[in-house]
Formats: sequence, C-alpha cells, structure tokens
Amino acid sequence: MHGPAIKLETDHAADKKSRLGIILFIFYILVYSGFVVIGLADPELMRVHIIGKQNLAIVYGFGLIILAIIMGFIYNAICTGMENRMNNKYREDKP
Amino acid sequence: MIYDVSIWAIIIFIAFVAMVLGLSFYFARKTKSASGYYAAGGQIHWGVNGIAFAGDYLSAASFLGICGMIAFSGYDGFLYSIGYLAGWVVALFIVAEPLKRLGKFTFTDALDARFNSKAIKLTASISTLVVSLFYLIPQMVGAGDLVVPLLGLPHWAGVVIVGSIVIFIVATAGMTSTTYVQFIKGALLIIFSTILTFYIFKNGLNLNPGEHYKEFTRLETIVEGNTIEGVTDPAYRIEDSYTVNNFHTFMKLDKEGIAHWFKLNDDSTYLEEVLSASIQADGTKLYNGAPKSEGRFRQVGHLTKIEFDGEEVDETGPLGPFKFLSTLENSEIVRFKKMEIKEANTTVWFQTPTSGKDMLIPGLLYKISTRAGATFWTKLNFVSLMLALFFGTSALPHILIRYYTVPSQRAARKSTIVAIAAIGFFYMLTLYMGLGASVNGVLDVESSNMSGPLLAKYFGVGLFSIISAIAFATVLGTVSGLIVASSGAIAHDFLDKFLNMKMDDRKKVKAGKLAAFCVGIFAIILGILFKGMNVSFLVGLAFSVAASANLPSILFLLFWDKTTARGIAWSIVTGILASVIIILLSPTMFEQYGLDRNLAPVPLDNPGIISIPLAVIVLIIASLLTQKDNVNKVENYHND
Repeated sequence: MHGPAIKLETDHAADKKSRLGIILFIFYILVYSGFVVIGLADPELMRVHIIGKQNLAIVYGFGLIILAIIMGFIYNAICTGMENRMNNKYREDKP
Repeated sequence: MIYDVSIWAIIIFIAFVAMVLGLSFYFARKTKSASGYYAAGGQIHWGVNGIAFAGDYLSAASFLGICGMIAFSGYDGFLYSIGYLAGWVVALFIVAEPLKRLGKFTFTDALDARFNSKAIKLTASISTLVVSLFYLIPQMVGAGDLVVPLLGLPHWAGVVIVGSIVIFIVATAGMTSTTYVQFIKGALLIIFSTILTFYIFKNGLNLNPGEHYKEFTRLETIVEGNTIEGVTDPAYRIEDSYTVNNFHTFMKLDKEGIAHWFKLNDDSTYLEEVLSASIQADGTKLYNGAPKSEGRFRQVGHLTKIEFDGEEVDETGPLGPFKFLSTLENSEIVRFKKMEIKEANTTVWFQTPTSGKDMLIPGLLYKISTRAGATFWTKLNFVSLMLALFFGTSALPHILIRYYTVPSQRAARKSTIVAIAAIGFFYMLTLYMGLGASVNGVLDVESSNMSGPLLAKYFGVGLFSIISAIAFATVLGTVSGLIVASSGAIAHDFLDKFLNMKMDDRKKVKAGKLAAFCVGIFAIILGILFKGMNVSFLVGLAFSVAASANLPSILFLLFWDKTTARGIAWSIVTGILASVIIILLSPTMFEQYGLDRNLAPVPLDNPGIISIPLAVIVLIIASLLTQKDNVNKVENYHND
C-alpha cells in the first residue's frame, strides 16, 4: 500500500478543517456563479458603474481574485488555530 | 520580420539558461533516491513551494496567452485570469491537505491509496499523460513563438532548444531543480510584470503611440453610378475586388508594382488600408505586398479618442490603476479583425474601432449578449469555459505532485495560500498589460502571444530582454514540471506499480529519467506540428480534460464512501474520451483541419459542461454496481 513521501503526524483537526473548507468552498462557488449568471442573464448589467467609476465587470472580476486571497488567509488562520488546539490537546491527554 | 533581434536579449537569455543549467548540475549531485527525484525528498519550505506553485502555474498561457487575448479581445481574456485563480480555491479548501495525506509521489498514488487497484493505476497514469501532453503542446508552441523575435531563429529551433534544455534539467535532478527553477522564475515574473505595469501607468494613454507608428492610408473613391471606378490618388490602380460573407468588400490596388489591400467603408466613400499576407503561386508569402524582411507589415493597435475628465485630449500623462481603466472606458480603441479571402489566397486584418466600454466587459470573444448575436450554444460555451477553469486547476497532475514536495499538511496548505496571493496579484496585472499592449502600437496580428513581451520592448530593449528571458524560463519551468509528472506516470505508476516490475530506488530514478527523455522528444515533435495554434485556447482544453478526467474521481474519493476502484477507473476513461472527442469535433478544431466551422458536429469549443457531469454520472453508477469491491478497501487512511 502507498503512503506519504515522508511520515506524517496524525492530524486530529482533519475532519473539522475539511468541514470548514467545504463551507468556504460553497460560499466562493456561489459568488463565482453570480458572476457567470450575470454574464448570461443580463450582460449589459456588467456596464453599470459600481465604485470609483469602475464598472461591475471590473469590480466583480478583481473582487473574485481579492476574495480568494482574503479567504485563503482566513482559512489558514482558523486551521492553524484548530491544529494547535486539537493536536496539542491530544498530546496532553495521551497517557 | 517585424521586430529586430537585440544583442542584449540574446546575452540575458543565455545568462538565464546558464543559471538554470547550473542549478540543475548543483541539485543533480544531491538527487540519489526516488523520493528525491519525484518529490524533492518532501523537504521543500512552504514559502519556496508556494512561489514554485506560481512558477508552475503561470505558464506560457498566463503571461503570453492571457495578455495577448486581452490585447486583442479585451475583458474576455481576463475571464481566463478570473477562472484560473478561482480554481485555486478548490485546490486550497478541498484538495490540498487530503491529497497530501493520501499520496506518495504522484496523483495516481493518491487515487489508489484506499484500493490498490490495477485499473486505477492504469487509467490514472494514462490520464496524467494525456493531460500533461495537452498542456505541453501550448508551452512548446509558445517557446517557438518567443525565439523568433528574441534570437532571430525559426519556430522549430525554439521548440528544440526548450525541449533539449528541459530534458537535461529533468533527467539530471528531477523535482528538486524543477522546484528551484520555478521558484526563481515565478518570483522574477511577478517582479518584472509589476515593473512593466508601472511603466504602463507612467506612460498613460496617448493618441500617438510613438514616432515608429505609421498611419494607415485612406483613399477617397471615385464612384460612378453604383460602381467604384477608381481612387482620387492617381498613384494607385484598382486591380481586384472581393466581397467576403456578403458584407465586407476588400480591394487589391497596385502602386509602383506592389500590391496593397484596402477595405471599402460602409457608404463606399473611401478605402482604408489593411494588413495583408498573401500566398503567391510559387508558395512564397508576401506581407503587405513584399517579403516580411522589408518591414511593410507592421505592429498595430492604437487609440482614436481619449476622454479624460470629461474632455477629449491627445494624451493623459501618468495615470493611477483605477483612473487608467475609467479613462480607457471612455476612449475608443482600434482593434484588428482577421478575415480570409480564399479566392485570393490572402489573409487581411482590418481596423475595427471598438468602444472602451465594450473592451471592459465580457462579450467581444465569447458572445453572451443577445445584442451581440449570442445563441444558446455560445452562452453554453461561456459556462463551459468557466466551469473547466474553475475545476481544472486542482486536477492538473503537475500541480498536484507539488503537494508531495513539502513536509506536512500544514505546509501544503500554507504553500497553496502563498500561491493564491502571488498568482492572484499577477492576474490582476494581466488586465493592465493586455490593455497596455492594445493601445501602444505593439501588436503583431499574426501572434497574439507576443503582446506582453512586445509591450515591454516599447518601454525599452532592456526590459524586453529580461521579460522575454523570463517568459522563456516560464516555458522551461512549466515544461520541466509537466515532464516530471509524465515521467512519474510512466516509470512509477505504470512500470513499477501497474506492471509490478519491482524496481529498486536506483532503477526507479533511471526509469524516470528515461521516461522524461522520451516524453521530452515527443513534446518537441508536437510543438513543431502544432505551430500557429492559440496558446490560451490549448491550455483551456488541457483544463477541460483535467477537470473531466481527474476531478470527479478526486472529489468522490474524498467525500463519498461508496466510491469504488472501478467507479474511479470508468470515470477517468469517460472523462478523457468525452472531453477529447468533443474537442476533436469542435468548431475551432474544424477550422484547424481547414474545414468550415459550421460543419462541426459539436457546436461547443469547451467540452466541460458535457464531459464533467458525464464523468460524475459514470462514477456514481459504476460505483453503485461494484459495491462488493469495497470489502477489501483500506479504511482509516486519514491517519495511517
């Protein structure tokens, strides 16, 4: 049977991190789908100015990129907290 | 040739290649084990791996292809930037850590971790090869495109140079040297793209792109009745007239023995000069009536109107990133549309004034607005592209293997976040680089791929030299990664695991190197055969094949306990076949075959909307029908 390239430590936060990942993924896919739906249903809406004389296409497009970066940092911060808390707790509880 | 060779470009290029080879020599001495060759020993720092991810991902398609597509088709090129980056969200939130836990060297290892199935080993290794080859073709084509202006060599020479260097890099040191080449290249690409974008802002917008920029000739017509008898300039004589698609009229005029092509305007009052490439009876190609070396065929792209703070101006001076976009939105850009005049064996590119408002929304390339003639199929094509870009990233084998070069799940996650930040920042720059190229008279209508480097040349030969060398290194790095992935599929997945050849560590590395050599030779041949194809389009297809063949298996393996080995294998086969068959029967491929695109049996260019759901359905049905296979499945794989 295969295994990782190097021996990995047991990760007791894996399930919780996985659930958080799915929630954030669903949130992002909804925002991404919004962009596609506007493009299909009412592409003229993309011309409307939203912020600082920039049209919706520019704001939404840049927004999707920036949102991915911000969500990445948030996800990492929460996951790191979970790992520290749950894996340390396991080590302390171990007889 | 419409751009001259620069000695600085050659020097910097050689310095880059020497550095890359030196790095390979250095790491070759350290690479002795299979783990070192395929996964860099699993000891790369997450920060280095993150930027190396960016290096892997920002391939010829991103720098050359996207910038070119934005320059020629506006916001539609930026859709690729948005989709390519969004794909990393799937990688980060869903795939990164579980895949790190499951795998050893390759993507096949991860899929097979719970099953130990021959069917998975075979189909996943084939899938890795197919996707890698689809991805390799545009990289090699891009390499050939780059050396033409950079070194003054023919296209095939560029392909051979890249292929040879990459075979050397991969066959000497494998994943370690590939990682550091990607790290350096990724970092330099982002730094110098930022500098290029700064130049664009400093330059602002200008009606006159520079002294080198030649105005297009306009001739008034002499009309008698409904017939055009001639033009007011006596130096020109009308030779022939052709109407294309019952709408556009092009005329061939003679001046001092040289053929000039013009387009008749809508009310027949004047003729406007176009760019032309004509194939003569003896097979030679004339550009604007003369050999290309005479320089009559020129770089194009300019503004005809700039509205700055409510007033029409000739130039704006330096602009900030937001002011640049809002000013461009109120300006008018001249794009160039391509048309074939088959009766005259001539291709023409004619001026198409386009409102900045249209440049900055989707629709010039992908018809999604009913007003612009969108149909059900053009809209479906748009959805299909966005779907493939979103789900393709985390299914690319050369990206997935990078998760095995770091020491832990946490490092895998962190390196993905570094990659998202670096790649996201770069993709925001692509909009400015593409738009900057479209208005500064630098576009080569025959090769949209060169828009970014040629824009750099507009700001100075030094910047051009560095950017071109980095672009070349971009191709080198990405091809290296793809060949490592392919050699892993052949040597590790197929020979060692599927055929059970029981190789020791030393033999595994040797087999990997031999496989890298063979794939490299094959890639060189494909790169020469596919000359002239659009780089971004080809990469889009690689994403579609990856998303169809690999992603359903990855997601269902992680999130559906009833998934079986045969379900995965059938899903991979279905994904590959469905996506490749749809691509081969698509309108764009029919054009490549020299046939009428309207005759294509499948009206879609991007197969994802059909092939991804099909692969999912097959996986579910096949898994439900083969539940008894799961009796021997390895449980608790999470933390073994």
